[in-house]
Amino acid sequence: MSDVGEKSTVEKVDPPDNAGGPLAGQEPVTTGPTSGARTPSGLRLDIRLTILIGVLIALCVVGYVSQPETFLSESNISTMLRLAAAIGVVSVGMTFVIISGGIDLSVGSMVALASVWMTTLATQSYGPFVMVVCALAVGVGAGLINGLLIAYGRLVPFIATLAMYASARGLAERLSGRSTQVVTQQGYLDFFRGDFLGIPVLIWMLALVFAVGWVLLNRTTFGRRTFAVGGNAEAARLAGINVKRHTAMVYAIAGLCCGIAALMVVARTTSGASTNGMFYELDAIAAVVIGGTLLSGGRGTLIGTLIGVLIFTVVNSIFTQNNLETDIQNIAKGVIIVVAVLLQYGTTRTRKT
Amino acid sequence: MTDPSLARRRFLFGASALGAGALVVGCTSNEPANAGNQQQVAGGGGDNAQPGKEVTIGFSAPAADHGWIAAITKNAQAQADAFEDVTLKATEGTNDVNQQIAQVETLLNSDVDVLVILPHDGKALTSAGQQAMDQGIPVINLDRIFDSPLAYRTWIGGDNYRMGVNAGNYIAEQMKAKNISNPVIGEVAGMDNLPLTQERSKGFKDALQRQGFRVGPRVAAQFTAETGEAQTANLLQGNRKLDALWNHDDDQGIGVLAAIEAVNRSEFIMVGGAGSKNMMNNIKSDSGVVKATVLYSPSMASTAISLARLLGQNKGVADFAEHEIPASITTYSAVVTKENVDDYMDIGFDS
Repeated sequence: MSDVGEKSTVEKVDPPDNAGGPLAGQEPVTTGPTSGARTPSGLRLDIRLTILIGVLIALCVVGYVSQPETFLSESNISTMLRLAAAIGVVSVGMTFVIISGGIDLSVGSMVALASVWMTTLATQSYGPFVMVVCALAVGVGAGLINGLLIAYGRLVPFIATLAMYASARGLAERLSGRSTQVVTQQGYLDFFRGDFLGIPVLIWMLALVFAVGWVLLNRTTFGRRTFAVGGNAEAARLAGINVKRHTAMVYAIAGLCCGIAALMVVARTTSGASTNGMFYELDAIAAVVIGGTLLSGGRGTLIGTLIGVLIFTVVNSIFTQNNLETDIQNIAKGVIIVVAVLLQYGTTRTRKT
Repeated sequence: MTDPSLARRRFLFGASALGAGALVVGCTSNEPANAGNQQQVAGGGGDNAQPGKEVTIGFSAPAADHGWIAAITKNAQAQADAFEDVTLKATEGTNDVNQQIAQVETLLNSDVDVLVILPHDGKALTSAGQQAMDQGIPVINLDRIFDSPLAYRTWIGGDNYRMGVNAGNYIAEQMKAKNISNPVIGEVAGMDNLPLTQERSKGFKDALQRQGFRVGPRVAAQFTAETGEAQTANLLQGNRKLDALWNHDDDQGIGVLAAIEAVNRSEFIMVGGAGSKNMMNNIKSDSGVVKATVLYSPSMASTAISLARLLGQNKGVADFAEHEIPASITTYSAVVTKENVDDYMDIGFDS
């Protein structure tokens, strides 16, 4: 691992003390906002991440014990990952937004809009490639509108994305006439519902988005600037970062992720509808928070987010396979959010004192 | 700024963004290449078909956030268009109860002769129906029933309990025909907190019990393709072998089928619910697991408009001895199978 201090100097984004830890670290979650000391990388033991992985493994054990024949079978694991794909990709975008100190309540609506726009008869008539381009363009466009409103229009992220939350779904309803638009382009379905090297394409896409997201967040100037903007926007500005442009780009990334998620949802359901992506914003925020990303920004990891998403997917699978009622499932989800956050909170506090 | 390569990059970026934007904006149309009138309208009704007194019908329904309700609204409009003596005043659909009450009041103040109301919530709209009736405007209550019979002149709607019963009976019959003694029968329900879902599930359970079977794995989706897919994918993983599956709703059925196809399962038979065109085509082609669907047809909206017109013209139903329109009409949840699907294609709705 390279010397982080030197890197900061090179990038000319040397932040004030309170953002120093997260900005410089490769795994920013390991260093609290006020902790100046850096653990040597080789010995670093990420307690939060360990706890999260422990929770995930414990849930898998519960699943295995209750359904020994099916739960850890190849096809169930593949199904769980396919179901996690869309919300996982949305959560990547959400992680960027939250680390940068914002929030995006419109992700579910953007998924709905992109899924509807790419499956209108007009779009489908141009073939699969245009469908893909359309979904991505709609996602980036909607995200960019969010970003511009927040960065240059000075709207609070909560309000700007709440407006997009309402209007994007409204537009999706308008375009689709509120009907479910079935995909007739077999080529699209064959590719996105198919396998590549024995693994579903959807899972490859999820892995790819996470890999690209991880590199972008942890190995590039863009990522370090995201941490800096979220840690202390004023300090980041003084350090020479174009905070406004950066903010707009972060929301555009969230929109792009929604476009990719729309591709996945359309592939999974073989249709586009304005009802797609319901409650994605809540699921994504829950996964990001469980993953240890600070809601106030400046600190977070994508690995944590990924595990957060997987935890929810595994819980869903356990409940359905054991034929349990959905109401208990919702209660369990709430408990898991609280327990996961409390466990992490507990560890950081004990380390400080 | 003056760096030419940067300027070129910006130009290229701007141009491609503009191109993508133009491309995307051109992709919003949803007009089928051969658009025809696909909505269902009732056939001739003897002398009743002759144009009569001009009738203005007010129509209020929830937001069409679901293929079935979209079809209700379209059917009502299509039926009204089919009569030259009918003017339809339809309000914008809403899922806000207070707004729907306000809409009904607005319709009352705009000289309508008859009202057709599909309430978002029957209980909450009862007083609005009552108010109209008190003012002498007959109300046709469509599907979701008001609390009091005094709030409507005629109720027409579907039979959720029997829908479940008929699905259960069909599945039981098939299981017996195949000599399966202890079948695994799955159920993909709609939104569990709606009374209609509970009635459907109860009918399904009761019918199976009478035949000596029981409901096995059960999941509840949200009437959307996406939730149907996710719930079914998990259900299939938990049950390596199914003998039958009933899905309450053909809109979410698109997702249910997608989940089944994703894991190439075909060892069971599937029965749908509501009766979408898409599901009927699947039944007709008999290529997959879908063998039947139990109707809960939005064609009831067309009937409601016909009845409203007759009410406005003081006519009875042709072929009925009664001089008056009946006070309550329950549509029948027919089981549509490969054998009779051609008879029902006309009422299949676009999901």
